[in-house]
Amino acid sequence: MSTRAKELITIAIIAVFSVVIYILKITGVMTGIEFSGTVSTIIIIAIFLALLVILIRTLRGHLVDRRTVFLFIAFSVALPLLMNISQKITVSGEVEQVYNAVIDLQPGSRVLVSFDYDPASAPELQPMAESFLRLCFMRDLKVIVMGLWPQGPQQAELAMSTILEDDEMKAKNIKYGIDYVNLGYQAGNEFVVQRMGSDFKSMFRKDYSGRAYDDLPLVKNVKNFSNIDYSFNLSAGYPGTQEWVQVAVDRYGLKMGGGNTAVQAPMMYTYLNAGQLEGLLGGMSGGAEFEYLANFTGKATKYMLSQSFAHMVVVAFIIIGNAAFFRSGREKKL
Amino acid sequence: MEHFALWLAAFLTLGIVSFLYKDNPWYKLCEAIFVGLSAGYWFVVLFWDNIYGKFWVGVFPLEEFDEAGREITAEPDYWLFVGAALGILMLMRLVPNIGWISRWPLAFIVGSTAGLYLINYFSSNMMRQVQGTIVPLFGAGYDASAYAIVGNIVVAVGTFAGLVYFFFSKEHRGVFGGTAKVGVFFLMLTFGASFGYTVMSRMSLLIGRMDFLLGDWLGMIK
Repeated sequence: MSTRAKELITIAIIAVFSVVIYILKITGVMTGIEFSGTVSTIIIIAIFLALLVILIRTLRGHLVDRRTVFLFIAFSVALPLLMNISQKITVSGEVEQVYNAVIDLQPGSRVLVSFDYDPASAPELQPMAESFLRLCFMRDLKVIVMGLWPQGPQQAELAMSTILEDDEMKAKNIKYGIDYVNLGYQAGNEFVVQRMGSDFKSMFRKDYSGRAYDDLPLVKNVKNFSNIDYSFNLSAGYPGTQEWVQVAVDRYGLKMGGGNTAVQAPMMYTYLNAGQLEGLLGGMSGGAEFEYLANFTGKATKYMLSQSFAHMVVVAFIIIGNAAFFRSGREKKL
Repeated sequence: MEHFALWLAAFLTLGIVSFLYKDNPWYKLCEAIFVGLSAGYWFVVLFWDNIYGKFWVGVFPLEEFDEAGREITAEPDYWLFVGAALGILMLMRLVPNIGWISRWPLAFIVGSTAGLYLINYFSSNMMRQVQGTIVPLFGAGYDASAYAIVGNIVVAVGTFAGLVYFFFSKEHRGVFGGTAKVGVFFLMLTFGASFGYTVMSRMSLLIGRMDFLLGDWLGMIK
């Protein structure tokens, strides 16, 4: 059989499998798969045995195809999503700092949350957004949402709609304009932040839904950053936390914590150590730690098992790759 | 419509992932759709938010009323014409004979950005970082834990050794060379930490897609 025929058969099998599973889903026959603890343990052991076999084969000179690496990563990410086991979360100091900053605020305090990311970074930042907003509302804080990225306010709306489905949140009877406001997106990057330092209204004449600034009870008396008690920036790049620190924190004295994608987080530690940032949630693990502190099991906690398992597989392949390198004798040429 | 959207999203996700097997027409189709949609989306966003939202509405403000019926129309800002003129000059590079004119707005942008950023970076990324590095290790009224004190020493030593590594006016030999090697060690640790975080970030994106495929699309996740 030719390679093309094999490829077409594989695609056909995947398509048929997907259609069958989808039909089972929409007809309600299948409500999800969950591996028990024993099955999960067996799967994990099987994957590590397979990695051991690959290491032994590599040491014997049989190099593994790159597609095998991709397949292992896919399994290590997908299978833990179906497992009924949880991972121990250890809270780091910088995450605790964000939590404490929120907890220390008096009910009614104003919190500014800037959503500076797009759907591409949502798997990392959306869980942070949901748990942070949820904690704010649980503490009866007033939340002002905005975005320096065009899709930011939409992500905020998504987060709001998700947390407002929660029964505890419904009981709070959260009202738009009084308990939270979405000021929407404003073009201009850090210059928006600079203008907000003197006058919020000059940048946001209307909110996300088109209501005039002065018609919103929560913000009509908010002139500039001096009326904000704490700020939290969810950032995936430029403009983001760095610009907020440079302008709002260092120039106007705003108290701010950051929630960053893992790629960006190492650069933010300099601001954290210098006291410019009051707390930092770095990547998915930061989100999971915050959920743990806020006593809320969200997507970050759920995803952490996949994250950790995938990291172990990556480390295993780094070891296998090094074994292949040293076996080839190429290190002598370095 | 919801079913169609789910299947379309799954089709495009799998198409992009199929590149890991090998380059193929399915991947190329998905890539072309992604690039085309992105270009179209950003054109619309930039047009409506900048050219219309900032310039046009700024110069010719729309009549606005609050909920009580009071007029809240903004004052026109004619300074925006300066920005618009510079923007038009930028387009002169499309005309070869007068393309040199586009250097004027470019010079304005580079100059003003350098001036504005100089203050921001000098204050936040230099002075505050120097202040954050040179901290007391012990003394009266200073109640840092042993862990924090060790951390402060590591930061101070790492910063100094890292700076020594980038000092190329003196040959890296003897004590100076040894300090530079310590600097390299700290740099490698920093790059390693960044690499670890980058892996975590990329994995998070993959987890997000897997959650969509297995959860939202196929409903396999409880």
